[in-house]
Amino acid sequence: MAVLLPAVRRPRATTRATAGKVPRRRSAQRTRRTLREGLLFWALIAPNLTAIVVFGYYPTLYNFVLSFTEWDFVQPAPVLVGLENYLELFQPGSMLMEALSNTALFVLVAVVGTLVGGLAIGMLLAQRLPFTGLVRTMAFAPHMLPGAAIGVLWLFMFDPNYGLSRWLFGLLGMDSPHWTTTSDFSLWAIIIAYAWQRLGFVAIIYYTAILDLPKDVYEAAALDGARGWQLFRYLTVPLLSPVTFFLVVTGIIAAAQTFDIIATLTGGGPGTSSTTLPWMIYDQAFVDFNIGTSAATATVMFVLLLIVTLVQTRLANKQVHYS
Amino acid sequence: MTLTTPRPATPAAPRADRPAPTSPGTGAPRSRSGRSRRRSTGPRRPLPATIALYVLVAFTFAVFAVPVYWLFSSAVKPEQEIYTFPLTWVPSELAWSNFTDAWTSAPFGAFLKNSVITTAVGTALEIGVAILSAYAFAFVKFRGKMLVFAVMVGSLMLPGHITLLVNYITVSNLGWLNTYQGLILPGIGSAFAMFLLYQQMRQVPTELVDAAMVDGAGHLRRMVTVVLPICRPMILTATLIVLIAKWNDFVWPLIVTSTADMRTLPIGLMFLRSQEGYDSWGPVMAGTVIVALPMLAVFFLAQRRIIGGLTAGALKG
Repeated sequence: MAVLLPAVRRPRATTRATAGKVPRRRSAQRTRRTLREGLLFWALIAPNLTAIVVFGYYPTLYNFVLSFTEWDFVQPAPVLVGLENYLELFQPGSMLMEALSNTALFVLVAVVGTLVGGLAIGMLLAQRLPFTGLVRTMAFAPHMLPGAAIGVLWLFMFDPNYGLSRWLFGLLGMDSPHWTTTSDFSLWAIIIAYAWQRLGFVAIIYYTAILDLPKDVYEAAALDGARGWQLFRYLTVPLLSPVTFFLVVTGIIAAAQTFDIIATLTGGGPGTSSTTLPWMIYDQAFVDFNIGTSAATATVMFVLLLIVTLVQTRLANKQVHYS
Repeated sequence: MTLTTPRPATPAAPRADRPAPTSPGTGAPRSRSGRSRRRSTGPRRPLPATIALYVLVAFTFAVFAVPVYWLFSSAVKPEQEIYTFPLTWVPSELAWSNFTDAWTSAPFGAFLKNSVITTAVGTALEIGVAILSAYAFAFVKFRGKMLVFAVMVGSLMLPGHITLLVNYITVSNLGWLNTYQGLILPGIGSAFAMFLLYQQMRQVPTELVDAAMVDGAGHLRRMVTVVLPICRPMILTATLIVLIAKWNDFVWPLIVTSTADMRTLPIGLMFLRSQEGYDSWGPVMAGTVIVALPMLAVFFLAQRRIIGGLTAGALKG
């Protein structure tokens, strides 16, 4: 086939001049070639496409169907119950309401916290001081660690008797809270451990973006008499807004799906005090075997994340680019 | 046939170069950050400001380094030094017994084997599958292929948790629960790695590929001898990112395995901590080190490539 290719190509350029003389053979050849390329195309993408359809799209659709059923893995087949799962989920005081508010608080604090902290660290690292290379490496390292390892490490650090938390609060003359075993603190424990994992990633992205900022704009502003805080407020922050936008969207999506830290740190408890949407989906399906409820919760989460993604796509088109 | 030297223009590589240690304070190139513009008013930063900045840098370092130090030091602390207050910061001796305790109280040998197998095979399959599909989209002629591309990349929008339940049912129907194929195969479909590689392949100079075609090379030869060598930096970056994600994977191995001998390390660690609980932090921290250390090693060996790959998406805008 490969040997044929040049032969097929060359006549194409002269086709117009000789049009109508020997069109049949040529077009047959071309059809065959197109066909072969098409077959090759499907053969090459088949493994990836199959995996994506079978383990990505199909489950999403079938999960939607399951959300209108009741099932416990034991009954022979799911039983259709219509909207019942959703009606139960959206009752005031339901587990979903608690999971939604926990997820919202977690996402809000984690995203805002890592953005503010990451920007501050990024600015600091861009000051060209010695040793900042080491700090950059150290800051990024937690982002590489398995969430399970981070959860277990922080479980020990939060230990009110023998963990670092006791030492830190001791410095302030206070007792350490019982982070993971009291419902007032369990969600905050998760937020802190998660933020520690992500902060360095945000900081490094800001750091790299800050080094990319256009120098001449700052020089012009300095000539106009802008100083310190003004430069930061009216130049740096707006110039970094595309990066901030990216970090907000990916931050929401990542935080909303956090699971491993919750599993190792609190297991969604005590009670449901640190139950977020992903934990509820898991808990309902694989601990309580309420398949329909789990599927309906997953659908709610999917719709919420889809809205975030759509807002992102819409805003991304309107975004101001300064470069 | 003009064989221009292909410039391995990876989108990630230039980024990766940037976090290189910058030569400190030569004074000539002024830092471009907003705050340090203040320095342009004078030749040097005033001393108090310098000291303040150093304190801030040290504090930042401590925020990230102290928990990591705490992890490693606790893993080698003798038991009585863990259960004391005030805390023991430096272990008086290296108690490797924590590692043997962890290793014997949970089948860490099996966890490690399972993690290595699922990570290695899963990464190889995902990258292989991603290379084939990226090549198809970049070089094989097919009408409407961008529609297929959009469908595949669109799968990035499906959150992992919505597929969890049905994938469990599918794998169960296939009889794959608690098997390696059940652990590995649902994760090999890859829009992310494919997208990275596709973007790289589009930048391969067409003259090179055409030249190989004129020489009679079929698609397979062109892919192996022309395209893949040029794309090697990006393939390596994608491999590292996929490898880290597979090693750290949690929720899928948690639900698909049901016996201890099939668990991967992160799942094994969770069960170790619920078995040993609050009474033996030494072995639990030793287990955590076993889980975390391979990724730290990979990161320190290839940090520029990894950081470059992970941050490229943010900075290309």
